[in-house]
Amino acid sequence: MVTAEEVRELVAAVPDPEIPVLTIGDLGVLRTVDVGDSGRVEVTITPTYTGCPAMEAIRADIETSLRRHGIDDVSVRTVLAPAWTTDWMSESGRRKLAEFGIAPPAHPARPALGPAPGPAQGPGPGRVPVPVELAVRCPRCGSFDTLVVSRWGSTACKAQYRCTACLEPFDYFRVH
Amino acid sequence: MSAVATYTLRLGDDALVAAQRLAGWISRAPELEEDLALANIALDLLGQARSLLTYAGSFDGRSEDDLAYLRDEREFCNVQFVELPNGDFGMTIARMLFFSAYQYLLYDRLSGSADPTLAAVAARAVKEVAYHRDHAVQWTLRLGDGTDESHVRMQAALEACWPYTAELFESDALTREVAAAGVGVDPGTFSPQWASFVDGILKEATLTVPVLPARVTGGRRGIHTEHMGYLLAEMQYLRRSYPEDTEW
Ligand SMILES: [Zn+2]
Repeated sequence: MVTAEEVRELVAAVPDPEIPVLTIGDLGVLRTVDVGDSGRVEVTITPTYTGCPAMEAIRADIETSLRRHGIDDVSVRTVLAPAWTTDWMSESGRRKLAEFGIAPPAHPARPALGPAPGPAQGPGPGRVPVPVELAVRCPRCGSFDTLVVSRWGSTACKAQYRCTACLEPFDYFRVH
Repeated sequence: MSAVATYTLRLGDDALVAAQRLAGWISRAPELEEDLALANIALDLLGQARSLLTYAGSFDGRSEDDLAYLRDEREFCNVQFVELPNGDFGMTIARMLFFSAYQYLLYDRLSGSADPTLAAVAARAVKEVAYHRDHAVQWTLRLGDGTDESHVRMQAALEACWPYTAELFESDALTREVAAAGVGVDPGTFSPQWASFVDGILKEATLTVPVLPARVTGGRRGIHTEHMGYLLAEMQYLRRSYPEDTEW
């Protein structure tokens, strides 16, 4: 019978369907792998976004990959808590993203959103939320001289940027 | 239905109908970047709706699809605010500003719910909504403090939406019951924070907070505007016409 570690290695190696240079292990969406006494495998994953359309594909890819290794009795569960943040992405994942031409998240995720703005600290000009994605590094030439083109990109988790040094556009995996 | 199930269904219907409306912009936004933005916001809202409807349905054995596609108008309990037609871009931004400011305060509080499922959905969703709100704020500032034309149209949009915002904060026996149990949030409790936030943004955008009476409400009880039937017809048509062949 396979051990949970062996199964975890197989599952972690499944590529992300939207950014195939990353594995789901790199991305940090793989939470747990359990093997029951009967050999039944239970995998839990967590979405990067509540509506992330890749979750169905990831589930199917995990089942296919395990079946190819002779493991048929598999259930894949999606859990929402604790919520995924870009901090779950591994160092090697960040490196692979940059090599692929996507700028990795530029800073740690805000721990929590904190108390909502109330009357005491109410909104004034200083409290208007402005995009905090400062100093995103161009994955091509390394310049920090970059501009937001669009706050959303080809997927919900990315924004579009342009480098003013080398003039190339690029995707940015935004902090969230 | 239990109070928690009905409460969850209300939040799920709000997100679902708002998503359906926003999706109507796809391929019609003023520029490509905005097309992507609105589509992605719609996708976030749809994701929230799926989690909430799945949970609401789990109490009586209905699926998210049953709830989204097989209920009639009077069984939907979203606020009327989210079903209003998109109007021009200013109207869509005004609605997104009001709605995301509301959802942000709601989910922020709901993430501390005694119900673990609601707490988890809210904790994930509040981060998404923060980004939506940010987006609506940037556009409100640009349009309000932009050209004469954009200012006039943004102000008109605020006034068209405003009478419907009161319903977002209505308390009733159900919201009081779930709030007392520590499971839900009574929206009336955070309406001052909402008003103060909106006020600050509109002032900075050189816009004026409308002074208009609230419209007659009833969405939570299944009473909707004349726009709701058309919205449902489009959203539900395929599933109802081909009940055997379509599963989403
Ligand atoms: Zn560059």
